[in-house]
Amino acid sequence: MSFRTTLSFALLLTAAPIAAQAQDASAPTAPAVTQTEPRETIEGQLSQERTVIAVPAFATPAVTTVAGLRTDNLGRDIAKVIADDLERSGLYAPLGPGSVRAIGMAEVTAPRFADWKARNAENVVHGFVRATGTGGFVVGCYLYDTELGSELVRQGFEIQPADWRRAAHKCADAIYSRLSGESPFFDSRVAYIAESGPKGNRIKRLAIMDSDGGNHRFITNGQALAISPRFSPDYKKIVYVSYLNNRVRVFIYDVAAGTQKLVTESGNATFAPRWSPDGRQILYSMAVGGNTDIYRVSAEGGTPVRLTTTPGIDVGGSFSPDGKKIVFESDRSGSQQLYTMNIDGSNQQRISFGGGRYATPEWSPRGDLIAFTRMGGGEFRIGVMTPTGGGVRMLTNSWQDEAPTWSPNGRVIQFFRTTAGREGKSTLWQVDLTGVNLRRLPTPQDGSDPSWGPILP
Amino acid sequence: MTIRKSTAIIAAITMLAVGACSPKPPKELPPAPEGTGTDTGTNTGTGVVPGSQEDFVASVTSDRIFFGFDQYNVDAEDQATLQSQAQWLQRNPAVRVTLEGHADERGTRDYNIALGERRANAAKNYLASLGIDPSRIQVISYGKERPAALGSNEEAWAQNRRAVTVVIGR
Repeated sequence: MSFRTTLSFALLLTAAPIAAQAQDASAPTAPAVTQTEPRETIEGQLSQERTVIAVPAFATPAVTTVAGLRTDNLGRDIAKVIADDLERSGLYAPLGPGSVRAIGMAEVTAPRFADWKARNAENVVHGFVRATGTGGFVVGCYLYDTELGSELVRQGFEIQPADWRRAAHKCADAIYSRLSGESPFFDSRVAYIAESGPKGNRIKRLAIMDSDGGNHRFITNGQALAISPRFSPDYKKIVYVSYLNNRVRVFIYDVAAGTQKLVTESGNATFAPRWSPDGRQILYSMAVGGNTDIYRVSAEGGTPVRLTTTPGIDVGGSFSPDGKKIVFESDRSGSQQLYTMNIDGSNQQRISFGGGRYATPEWSPRGDLIAFTRMGGGEFRIGVMTPTGGGVRMLTNSWQDEAPTWSPNGRVIQFFRTTAGREGKSTLWQVDLTGVNLRRLPTPQDGSDPSWGPILP
Repeated sequence: MTIRKSTAIIAAITMLAVGACSPKPPKELPPAPEGTGTDTGTNTGTGVVPGSQEDFVASVTSDRIFFGFDQYNVDAEDQATLQSQAQWLQRNPAVRVTLEGHADERGTRDYNIALGERRANAAKNYLASLGIDPSRIQVISYGKERPAALGSNEEAWAQNRRAVTVVIGR
């Protein structure tokens, strides 16, 4: 993938004066290239003090069409994706390209701050899209403080046409990081299970998409039940469980090749797979004669190492980001609870002690928290606790929320929500660590088992 | 959770009672999971093929046993059902079966796969204790993926916490 941050930025900006003239001529625009997507719904209140950020359509020095994409349309679509990303973070109130005037190329490096202050915007995002002449685009991304009149972010990205959304996500990430002080998370992808059909015979397909639902793609055709996918840290593979040939087995799917292989040969059911942070090992659970234990095996194959031996159901598991510990669930105490252990299986310690049953633990990529599903009082809720079991906080409150997965920066959690009844179905949701910015993720069908990958390489 | 085994027993008895009233036992069987071979399609209504799924269902007390919430023990009611299945299996020694373990929707996905496997194995072990060669029985857990009853209430969940014996051929 030829996607690199452009360092020679001063050079790129020499096109600016020409652009100012070209911009006026391009006022009427063709339909946007953005596909229609289901609207996301927002529940819960947003922060009262969201920063207003103006994100006008990116300018272009010359309207050029490359691979069916016009630079002026692309400028508006990129600004829209940036505004949507910032809005979804819950921290900002963007004024997107649909609600503010377009800018000329000359404004990219010389914003009319008074205009944006008049719109109560504390910050303004400017940028441009220029065809490289070699089949790609350069996207410039700038963030300004309207009060100080100062530049806060200046980045440029050279992209292939198919990757235009990534340029928008990288720009949004740069803005979010600069303003919030947090690590980026928009330029990342999600693997999940797309669901359709009646409740008693659901069709469940492996699918992947960008963190905002863009670039959606089905991977499996639904003939075999697919569940619990996880992207490898380099995004090249997906480990998941398939009911192919009416057996329950863990497969590794190669995204580029479109082929899959068994993780381990066994006559027993293998499920609940997870990658180690370096992508070299896979954790899975295996049921043998009614007893389930957790195993670790090289992603290349080899002899599995059994990590738990306690009678009962030891299942799931998630590596700490340093790869030294594993959090998992076990019913050895009589009900599902969370435990940690070293990666060789030693030092197993229970960490959940509150009321109810605890399941599906996921270690935050920051290492500071473990997300889980808590069952009790007739509800399944998503919560977080420290790795030693302290500071339990519940983030959602619904009939059945299950299976949290972390954003790359450990500030947002996706999960799936199931509704009750014969027509009950599952959909993907996300909530931030404050528990107030709760939203449904747009997917073409129903969805479950989300798995959020790291920032794209 | 206050659901106990008794709920399942009542549900099971209710189902059996319903079955007893109608000429062909569990007529209201749910559609089988894709490709599991519940419907062999070999019988066209002219007669039951010995050793077939239809023969099995017509001959045994029930093709399924039920469990309490988060439970996997085989109680007296279940034992009677499995004894009828064992007798049929002894009469049809060439037939192999799959024991499908299932859980209700009120558990997390991975745990429910482990729980369904545990239930299917409990049924398999009981059949083995009655002299059925365990190599004739394969086990698969569907966890909460294939509910038989679609409601979200105690009655539906009691029907879904089940181990179902399915004839797969000889």
